[in-house]
Amino acid sequence: MLLNQALRYTLKPNYLSKARLGLNACNTVLNNKNTRSYTQGLSPSVINSLKVKSTLKNKREEALLGGGQKRIDAQHKKGKLTARERVNLLLDPGTFVEYDAFMEHRCTDFGMQKEKYLGDSVITGRGLINGRTVFVFSQDFTVFGGSLSSVHAQKICKIMDQAMLVGAPVIGLNDSGGARIQEGVESLAGYADIFQRNVLSSGVVPQISLIMGPCAGGAVYSPALTDFTFMVNDTSYLFITGPDVVKSVTGEDVTQQELGGAKVHTQQSGVAHLAFENDIDALVRLRSFMNFLPQSNREQAPVRKSDDPADRVVLSLDQLVPLDSAAAYDMKEIILATVDEKDFFEIMPEYAKNILVGFARMNGRTVGIVANQPKVAAGCLDINSSVKGARFVRFCDSFNIPIITFVDVPGFLPGTAQEYHGIIRHGAKLLYAYAEATVPKITVITRKAYGGAYDVMSSKHLRGDCNYAWPTAEVAVMGAQGAVKIIFKGSSNINEKEAEYIDKFANPFPAATRGFVDDIIEPRMTRKIICQDLELLSTKKLTNPEKKHDNMPL
Amino acid sequence: MQANLFRVSKQSFLVTNLLRYQSTSSGVPIDRSIYFLSKIDKDEPKFNKILIANRGEIACRVIKSCKAMGIKSVAVHSDVDYNSLHVKMADEAICIGPAQSIKSYLNIDAIIEAIRQTKSEAVHPGYGFLSENMEFARRLAEMSVEFIGPSSKSIMAMGDKIMSKRIAKQAGVSIIPGFDGVITDEKHCIEIANQITYPVMIKASAGGGGKGMRIAWNDEEAVEGYRLSKAEAASSFGDDRMLVEKFIDNPRHIEIQILGDKHGNTLYLNERECSIQRRNQKVIEEAPSVFIDPETRRKMGEQAVALARAVGYTSAGTCEFLVDSQRKFYFLEMNTRLQVEHPISECITGVDIVQEMIRVAKGHSLKFKQDDIKINGWAIESRVYAEDPYKNFGLPSIGRLSSYKEPVKNLKNVRCDSGIEEGSEISIFYDPMICKLVTYGPNRQTALDTMVQALDNYVIRGVTNNIALLRDIVTEEHFVKGDISTKYLQKVYPDGFKGKSLNKEQNNNLVAMAAVIYAKDLLRSREILSSTVEKSSVKNFDFYVFDNSQKEHKCRVEKKDGKFVVILDDADTLTIDDSFTLFDEVIDTSLGDNQKLTLQLISKESSGNINLQYLGTKYNLKVVIKNAYDLLKYMPKKKQIDLSSVVVSPMPGIVKSVAVQVGQMINEGGEICTVEAMKMQNKLIASRAGKIKKINTKVGEQVEEGKVLVELE
Repeated sequence: MLLNQALRYTLKPNYLSKARLGLNACNTVLNNKNTRSYTQGLSPSVINSLKVKSTLKNKREEALLGGGQKRIDAQHKKGKLTARERVNLLLDPGTFVEYDAFMEHRCTDFGMQKEKYLGDSVITGRGLINGRTVFVFSQDFTVFGGSLSSVHAQKICKIMDQAMLVGAPVIGLNDSGGARIQEGVESLAGYADIFQRNVLSSGVVPQISLIMGPCAGGAVYSPALTDFTFMVNDTSYLFITGPDVVKSVTGEDVTQQELGGAKVHTQQSGVAHLAFENDIDALVRLRSFMNFLPQSNREQAPVRKSDDPADRVVLSLDQLVPLDSAAAYDMKEIILATVDEKDFFEIMPEYAKNILVGFARMNGRTVGIVANQPKVAAGCLDINSSVKGARFVRFCDSFNIPIITFVDVPGFLPGTAQEYHGIIRHGAKLLYAYAEATVPKITVITRKAYGGAYDVMSSKHLRGDCNYAWPTAEVAVMGAQGAVKIIFKGSSNINEKEAEYIDKFANPFPAATRGFVDDIIEPRMTRKIICQDLELLSTKKLTNPEKKHDNMPL
Repeated sequence: MQANLFRVSKQSFLVTNLLRYQSTSSGVPIDRSIYFLSKIDKDEPKFNKILIANRGEIACRVIKSCKAMGIKSVAVHSDVDYNSLHVKMADEAICIGPAQSIKSYLNIDAIIEAIRQTKSEAVHPGYGFLSENMEFARRLAEMSVEFIGPSSKSIMAMGDKIMSKRIAKQAGVSIIPGFDGVITDEKHCIEIANQITYPVMIKASAGGGGKGMRIAWNDEEAVEGYRLSKAEAASSFGDDRMLVEKFIDNPRHIEIQILGDKHGNTLYLNERECSIQRRNQKVIEEAPSVFIDPETRRKMGEQAVALARAVGYTSAGTCEFLVDSQRKFYFLEMNTRLQVEHPISECITGVDIVQEMIRVAKGHSLKFKQDDIKINGWAIESRVYAEDPYKNFGLPSIGRLSSYKEPVKNLKNVRCDSGIEEGSEISIFYDPMICKLVTYGPNRQTALDTMVQALDNYVIRGVTNNIALLRDIVTEEHFVKGDISTKYLQKVYPDGFKGKSLNKEQNNNLVAMAAVIYAKDLLRSREILSSTVEKSSVKNFDFYVFDNSQKEHKCRVEKKDGKFVVILDDADTLTIDDSFTLFDEVIDTSLGDNQKLTLQLISKESSGNINLQYLGTKYNLKVVIKNAYDLLKYMPKKKQIDLSSVVVSPMPGIVKSVAVQVGQMINEGGEICTVEAMKMQNKLIASRAGKIKKINTKVGEQVEEGKVLVELE
C-alpha cells in the first residue's frame, strides 16, 4: 500500500517534458519532503528496489522520446514519422518487443559523453506482421541524425543474428545521415559488421530495406545487399556521395532528389524496387507485401486461404493475343486475369518495363511471376530486363517460391548500345538464374518465343517442369521475315517463302511434336492448369550438385 | 491487298479451329417464349442460308432467329473481329477486310464476294453499315440474292430525308416545316436557317443514329454545325448531303414500328418512346409510351401505314415522329431497316420482327392482322455503352472486358442483346455499344424494378460504362412518372451527370461496407494454411473511412456470430451479414433485419483504397486503421496538377484537326482541336484564354484518353 502510493506519486510530475531526468527524478522521490515521510523506516534495500523500479519506469518513458520533442516536431514537419511511430505502424498493434532500449553510445570525444540518448539512434526489436514474426530496426533521425555509431550497429547485428537463429525476416527502416563521424573508424566497422550479416543472411531469411529518409555513403550498401529496397517518394534518397561532394568533384549541380530520389532509383538506376507515396502508405503496403513471403528458406511458400476458385475458367484470355503477331498487347492483363483476385504485387514496375516481375497467389499459394511485356519494346530482353528478371528469379528460388513465366519474347535487343554494355554477360544472368533454379517452374508461351530468348525464358531445356503453349504461340529461331531472308537469300519469290515459313513455324506444333512444350492449351484453361500443376509440384525435390557456391556471371 | 487479307483470315481459322474443340459459347440458348405471335413453321419453305452483313449484337440477334428457323447463317467480319461472338455463333464466317468499316463492313465488293463464296441466298443487313444503301440492294438484286429489307425503291424514297418528306406530305402525313433541298454551303445554310427561323436542325440527308446531326440557335452555331455534321456524315455514311429543318423544342421522340409483306399487308406494331437521348442518340427506350392515348396511337399508326403503302414498303421499318406537349405529332423520317430498339416492340407484341423480315423476304405473307397486335405489358430498353457518362452524358471509351457477366442468370424477364463476351475488346473502330438491356413485365413499374436489379447485377469490368447514368435515370422522379422529353437529360442534369448523390443512410451503408471489406481482408491475412500463425484474439477494428467526398467517418467493426457489427461515427450501428467472399464481383448481402444490400466490389488495395459500385455509381473510399489515421496529419500534401493549362483528350480517338499553332493567342472557349472516336467528332476548347505553348499531337494521330494534346502558357 505504502509502496504503491509512493510509486504513484513518482509518476505524477511531468518528467516527460524533461528528457534524461531519470536519475534526478529518483532523487526527487527521496528528497521530497512529502515522500520522505513514507520512506522513513524502510530498509536501504527496499529503498534501492524502489529507486530502481522508478528509474526503470522513467528511463522507458524517456527512451520513447528519442532525440526529444523538438526534433520529433522537426521530423514531422518534413512529412516523416518518427522511428517509433513507424515500428508501431508496421507491426501488429501491441506486438513490438524492443531490444536494447538502454544501450547508449560510448564515445567520449568531442564532448559526446555529455550528449547521450537511451537506445542511441536506432530502435530494434521484433514483432508480428499479421501474426508472423519479423525482426525490425528503425533508424531514429531525431538522435544524431540517425547516424550509425558502433552501438547502433551492434543493436542491428543482434537482431539480425537472432533472425537467422529462429528463421524470420529482417526489415530495416532506414533514416540515417550516415556514419557517426565522431566515432571514426568504429562506425565504419559497424557498417561492415552489418554488411557481413546481410550477406550471410542472404537466401536464409528475407531482408527488406525501406528507405524513409536519407541513406548515404557506405550506408547504402546494406540496402543494396538486401533482397528488396523500397523507397518513399519525396522524403527519401540514396546515394554514395551527396550533392555537395558531387559539386566539388565533378562540378555538377544537382539536388538530393535528382541525385538519388525515389524516382531516380525506381525508374533509372534500378537500385530500388518500388516507391511508396508516403510513410504510412509505405508501411501499410509493406505489411501486405510481407504476406507473400515465407519466414525463411526452411519454409515453403506460404499458402493463404483463397476465395478465388482454382478451377476458374478465364474466358477473357481467349481473345487477348491479337491476330496480328506484330501488334502489342498488355501482358499484365494476362497476369491479373490468371492470378487470385487480380492481386499482383509488382516489383520494379517503373524500371525495364519490357519485363514484368512480381508476386501473386495461385489458389492461395505465393508464386513469383516473370513475364515479357510486348507492350514495351516488343517485350525483348535487354540488359536491364535481364538483370531485373534474374534477380527476381533468384529471390524466388532462394525462398521456395514457384516461378510462373509467361513468354512473348522476340529475342534479345540488338545494337551497339547493348553489345558495348555487355548484353552477353548480363543476358547470361537471367539464363543462369533460370537454369539453377530448383523451385517449381511453370512456363506458358503466349505468342513469340524466338531464338536464344526462348531458351532463356524458363524453357523445357532449363528444367522447366510444365511448359505450355497457347494456340497463338510461335516457337522459332526468329521471325519469318528475317528467317526467309537468310534461308532464301536472293530468291525472287520471297513472299511465298515467307508464307511457307509462317505455315511451318509460326505455330506451336514444331515445339509440341518435339516435346519442348508439354501441351497446347486453351488460354481460358491456363489458371486451372497452373493451379493443378502447383499442387503436384508442391512435393518437387531437386537439388543442384554440391559446391561451395556457384559462380554466376556478374 | 485483298489476297493478303484472306491470308490473315486463313491464319485466324487455324487458331479458331484449335479453340473450337471446347468452345461452348456458340450455343447461346434462345428463349422464344416471348414470341407468341411468331411461331416457327418447320414446313414453310425457307432460305437455305443467310449472310448477315453486319457485326456485333445485331448480327448475333439475326443469327438467333436464323437458328430458330433452321436457316444456316454466315457471318462476315473484319480481321480484328475474327474471334467475336457473331463469328462464333454463325455456321460459317468469312473475313472481308481490315478493321476500318470502310474497308470491311462497308466494302460492298468484299461482301458480294463473300455471298458468292458461301452461296448465300439472302442477306440481312442489320442496322447501320449497308442497311440503307441502295447501291448494295441493287447489286444484290442483280445477282438475285434477296435483300432482307425493303425494296431499293423504298429505300431510295424513304432513306433520303429530302425525298421522304415530299412523299410523306403527299400521303397526308403531318410534317415539320423545313427546306426540302440540299444545302450547298455554309452561307446557304445560314440563309435557309434564317428563313425557317432558329432554332434549326442541320442533319445529314443519309443520316441516322444521331450521327451527322447538329442543332443551331444562331448563325455561328449553324456554320459550326454544318461543318461538323458534314464531316461526320462523310465518314459515317460516305454521303455528306445536308438538310435543314425547323427544330421543335422540347418534344418527345416517339416512333411507330411497321411491318409489311409483299401481299399488301402492312401493320403497325405500336409505338416506342425514345425521348431519353443525348446528342440525338437514344439512351433509354420503352414501349408503349406513357404519353400516347389509344386514339393518338391509332392515328400515328395509320399515318405510318399510309406512308409505307405509298412507297410499296415491305419488311420492317420505323416512322419517327416528334410529339409536342399537345400530342401533335410531326413526321421526322422513316428508317427503312431493323431498328436498334426493336426488342421492346417484340416484347409487347409477341412478334419476332427479324423472323418476319426473313419470311416476308422469302415471299410469305404475315400470319397476323392488325387486330392481333396488342400491347402486352411494358418493356424498357437501356443501352449499355462503353462510354463515360460523366463527360457530356457519354464520351466513348475503349478497352477489354476483363470481366463481363450479363444479369440473365438469376433474374427473370431480362433480355440481353449483345455481341460481346468476356474478353471482347471495345475498339475505336466501331460503335461502343456493349448491350441492349431489356426488361419487361406486366406494367411499367415492374419492368422498371427489374431494370434496377438487372443494372445492379450487371458485371462489366475493364471498360468505362454508362450503368451509373442508366441506373440513376430509371429511378429518377420525373422518369418514373413518365414526365420526359428529348430535353430530359439537360433538364434533370443541368450541370451534367455527376453520379448518384447518396443520402446519409445510403452513404452509411457504403462506408460500412468498405470498412467490412477491409476488416475481412485483414482477418484473412492471418489465415495462412501452410504454417502456424500466432492466433490473434482481435476481432474488432478501429478505422477511419474517407468517403467519396473525402469526408471522414469513425468506424468500429466487430465480427460477431457470422455478422459484422459496424458502429459509425459513434452514432449509427449497422449489422452486415458475412455472407460473401472477397472474390465476389457482386456482393449480395443483408443489412440489419433482412434489408437487401447489393454492391459491386470493383477493386480493393492493401493500402485501403476500396472502389465500390453502389446504386449504379462507382465510389472511391479509403479505409485507414486508427493508428495510421492519428499520424495522417504529418504526411505531406499531394501536389495537384493544374489542368487549366493543358488540353487533354477526353477519350481515345484520332486527332482530326488542330486549329491552333504554337505562339497563337486563344480565347476562352476557342477551338483547339477535334478528336474523332467511333465516328463522333468532338471539339476540344480552351478552358481559359492564353498563349499556345506546345502542341503534342498532329492530325491523324491515334491518342489515348488523358493524353495532353496542347499546353497553354
